[in-house]
Amino acid sequence: MRNRSTLSLRIPQPHRRPGDKPDFSTIAIPPAGSLERPATDANHRDLIPYAYGLIRVLNEDHKAVGAWNPRLDPAVLIKGLRDMVLTRAFDDRMVRVQRQGKISFYVKSTGEEATAVAFANAIEKNDMCFPSYRQQGFLIARGCPLVEMMCQCFSNARDPMKGRQLPVLYSFREYGYFTISGNLGTQAPQAVGWAMASAYKGDDRIAVTFIGEGTTAEGDFHHALNFAAVYRAPVILNVVNNQWAISSFSGMAGGDETTFASRAIGYGLPGLRVDGNDYLAVYAAAQWAAERARANLGATVIELFTYRAEGHSTSDDPSRYRPSDEWRAWPLGDPIDRLKNHLIAIGAWSEKQHQALIDEAVTLVRETQRETESIGTLADGSRAPVSAMFEDVFAEMPWHIAEQKKAAGA
Amino acid sequence: MPTMTMIQALNSALDVMLAKDPDVLVFGEDIGYFGGVFRVTEGLQKKHGQTRCFDSPIGEAGLVAAAIGMGAYGLRPIVEIQFADYIYPAYDQIVSEAARIRYRSAGEFHVPLTIRTPYGGGIYGGQTHSQSPEALFTHVAGLKTVVPSNPYDAKGLLISAIEDDDPVIFLEPKRLYNGPFDGHHDKAVTPWAKHKLSEVPDGHYAVPLGKAAVARAGSAVTVLTYGTMVHVAIAAAEETGIDAEVVDLRTLMPIDIETIVRSVQKTGRCVVAHEATLTSGFGAELCALVQEHCFWHLEAPIERVAGWDTPYPHAFEWDYFPGPKRLADGLKRALEN
Repeated sequence: MRNRSTLSLRIPQPHRRPGDKPDFSTIAIPPAGSLERPATDANHRDLIPYAYGLIRVLNEDHKAVGAWNPRLDPAVLIKGLRDMVLTRAFDDRMVRVQRQGKISFYVKSTGEEATAVAFANAIEKNDMCFPSYRQQGFLIARGCPLVEMMCQCFSNARDPMKGRQLPVLYSFREYGYFTISGNLGTQAPQAVGWAMASAYKGDDRIAVTFIGEGTTAEGDFHHALNFAAVYRAPVILNVVNNQWAISSFSGMAGGDETTFASRAIGYGLPGLRVDGNDYLAVYAAAQWAAERARANLGATVIELFTYRAEGHSTSDDPSRYRPSDEWRAWPLGDPIDRLKNHLIAIGAWSEKQHQALIDEAVTLVRETQRETESIGTLADGSRAPVSAMFEDVFAEMPWHIAEQKKAAGA
Repeated sequence: MPTMTMIQALNSALDVMLAKDPDVLVFGEDIGYFGGVFRVTEGLQKKHGQTRCFDSPIGEAGLVAAAIGMGAYGLRPIVEIQFADYIYPAYDQIVSEAARIRYRSAGEFHVPLTIRTPYGGGIYGGQTHSQSPEALFTHVAGLKTVVPSNPYDAKGLLISAIEDDDPVIFLEPKRLYNGPFDGHHDKAVTPWAKHKLSEVPDGHYAVPLGKAAVARAGSAVTVLTYGTMVHVAIAAAEETGIDAEVVDLRTLMPIDIETIVRSVQKTGRCVVAHEATLTSGFGAELCALVQEHCFWHLEAPIERVAGWDTPYPHAFEWDYFPGPKRLADGLKRALEN
């Protein structure tokens, strides 16, 4: 008889739970500016280190350093700062509105605003976005009217989705923003198809999609990477690694074993791992991948390394599954503070201007709420007519739905 | 008029639409250079070019998702799922995405997608090449489901499906690809050329979705059916001498209730037939519709003839398949009361 070792099943566990002291000492943070910026036509085999490193531009002294510095005009940076501040003010207000019982549900993007905002500002206006439910910053950066977004969340008579979708599951064709699904990851291979269509038509527009690190465990993510590689589709596949998928830490999606950017390698795609709280780094990575896609060189996977500062949604309490003050200890800081400090460091901004910007955003959101509530709220009975429930199932209403509409008295 | 097999007719529909509309493209597993395992896309890549008709990775969810993205862009994609039995990996993309995008975006986006797939038994395909999953699609709000039974309809319905602005599940009865099969598996195969509905015009024409056809006029009992079972039902009527009216539904969703009601009100009796498993099959919906619309005209209970509630078994092909004998028994039961 041979001596055999006994097998044991491993169930991954996060390093810290409620009551524990936050500790991110296992996360390696390379200095800003330490990675070279490769040519956008580099062979994916030569880009493998970028899937394991961390592209960073802003250093501890708030200076932009290294080859990835996109060297943006201060006015461009201030626009990004404004978009992020406005996104945070909008999120804060909407959670308050949810707590007041005026809307049913909300999803904040606090702490990860740079991922969506920098991306939106770095790519072209008419590039197409296939978002998940946490990229409201993308819409705000593209200038989507806040009142339209708020009416959607309020499901009121002016809700562009006619009361059919949960709050935040927006669709804004005019702003290149695809209808959001509640089923995770479905949009990633759809973005690849859209990009294939753009290439098929000889267009110059590219697609960009966002999913969370938890969703990389879905088959659709892998279909997206494989189809993107096989057809060399002009698409950017972003994985927002905010460490948490509701209560599941990133290790449940395989994050303890490897980086999410490295998922690209097996498919023969470049994978870039980026400091997601560094506005300049996200902007630069988006520019790099967009340039590569537009040159017909295909897709890039970008892991945006960040932290979900709040709960998954208004339906969960994160202090039940992680240390409640963990965000304060996050080693990559707050994306708004970091960009603000950079602008101050280069003499283009001041604390006073920043406070004025916050006040302006809070006021704008409050005024938007007033305007939205003057249109109505679901709680007050303001909503699309019941007949809207029966429309748009098909282009033309078939007889059986028409009969049901009649039976419903709509 | 040339005669065509169902394969040739489907090929002709794709050919016509590729030529007519530059936004039409066709893709799926093995369908490009090779022309598909059933040859439906044969020659299309050579004629229309590599970017119009091409192979896809083996990933049904991915290929349907890509087609949805293409539809959102403004193209009119047609995908082939090699066997209907392989469609389940794509089910989430079909049910939660393609079917819902018009509704959830309030019409901002829609998906003019056609999913072609061979379905049904009769080819010794076992449980992974013989299934009839139509009820899984007719149950989903936002999908149209189409099943042709002859070459003429196959071409005209496929053209309508492609031109339709909503997602269409286009189920091709694979046992009918090369000839009208009436369930008599022990008899010589009949070629399509001898069948009137194999006369297929070369160019563009449409058979509208949502319209049934009376495949055999009769007065004693109505058979509501589709696909291969249309031919089985006609054979059962001829062989029993029962003057059955066979209604070929052609489109299951949206269903042509007018033709159903007209026929059942005339005959007063009804048999519902399909290859798919009995329980919760589309026949259950047909029974409910007939009961709701024709109750006072019925002279007997509605009969169901269907596949057994088992997986489709390889060695028991003809014990499983609801052939003319089972259909004849159904007709007789419907006439007993």
